Amino acid sequence: MNPAFDWAVHSPLTGLFLTLLAYRLALALNRRCHGHPLTNTVLIGMVLVIAALSASGMSYEQYMQGARFIHLLLGPATVALAVPLYNNFLRLRKSAVALLSTLVIGGLVGILTGGLLGMAVGLPRPVLLSLLPRSVTTPIAMGIAEQVGGIPSLAAAGVILTGIVGAVMLKWLKQRFPHFDDVTLGFATGIAAHGIGTARALQYSETAGAFSGLAMGLNGLVTAVLVPLVCSLLHL
Amino acid sequence: MLNALIWLLGFQLIGELISRSLSLPLPGSVIGMLLLFLTFSVRKTIPDHLKQTAPRLLSHFSLLFIPAGVGIVLWRKMLQPYALSLFLIIVVSTLATWVVSAVVLHVLQNRHNAARGQS
Repeated sequence: MNPAFDWAVHSPLTGLFLTLLAYRLALALNRRCHGHPLTNTVLIGMVLVIAALSASGMSYEQYMQGARFIHLLLGPATVALAVPLYNNFLRLRKSAVALLSTLVIGGLVGILTGGLLGMAVGLPRPVLLSLLPRSVTTPIAMGIAEQVGGIPSLAAAGVILTGIVGAVMLKWLKQRFPHFDDVTLGFATGIAAHGIGTARALQYSETAGAFSGLAMGLNGLVTAVLVPLVCSLLHL
Repeated sequence: MLNALIWLLGFQLIGELISRSLSLPLPGSVIGMLLLFLTFSVRKTIPDHLKQTAPRLLSHFSLLFIPAGVGIVLWRKMLQPYALSLFLIIVVSTLATWVVSAVVLHVLQNRHNAARGQS
């Protein structure tokens, strides 16, 4: 193999550069297509990176050597959601009871519909169990799946697909329900589609993003409690 | 920028320590977000450096999900046999979760506002 190419495959620079470039191209495509839902920046960015990896033969581990620096920023960026949340302090206090009730109902619908549909099409039990915590962020979902007897890495795949589906549907849902305010849109997005949905909601407004981030965090807690309960309810 | 990073990483670090020592089902970053929100509520203000940095960091939040998303290639073989049913379940279930959540919240908020208007 060409030594220069070999160096590039093993250098953290490549994964970092590739991720930034893929995202930049995804942004440009999204703007060119006037924000068409299928040009979602996470989806297109992922597809471009995956295409580059399979064309060059670079493994995911080699890619992550550089990409982990971007992945690492996910933590502090999530903490930064406290800023738009505080800017909505009055809205939050006014609707606290409504928000908490919605959270429990929405969280339950997410787990039950996934579980019942999975049973209906006859998914194998470990696959089904891995799907139950789909609506929360990856680390929580992996922990819950393991606890009830699912496969953590499959749970992570379900989480990412759910986030992308939710983010892609948001524009269409917003058009279907034009009288829903940004608090409602954001909060529902956070319950259904966690962080990737939150990233999409932030593109609409800071308020939608803040409430999506709040719902994403709290739904992790609700789902951790509800998944084992639903499992015993459905005799899984 | 420097002060903002120290604040954000510090709050995440505290969150991670709390999450791990109490084995909570919440990730450290989410606990950090809630703690930072509480700090703002007590101080009744947001420090200027965070007011400036947070929106800039969040404007490219989507970028930060690409590395984890690319990880889906690792499970391609495992997912393939159920690809269609998994996809349909995820679409229907995500749609149902969103619509139920949004409608419930919309109705509850309107009822609350109506009750407030009458009193």
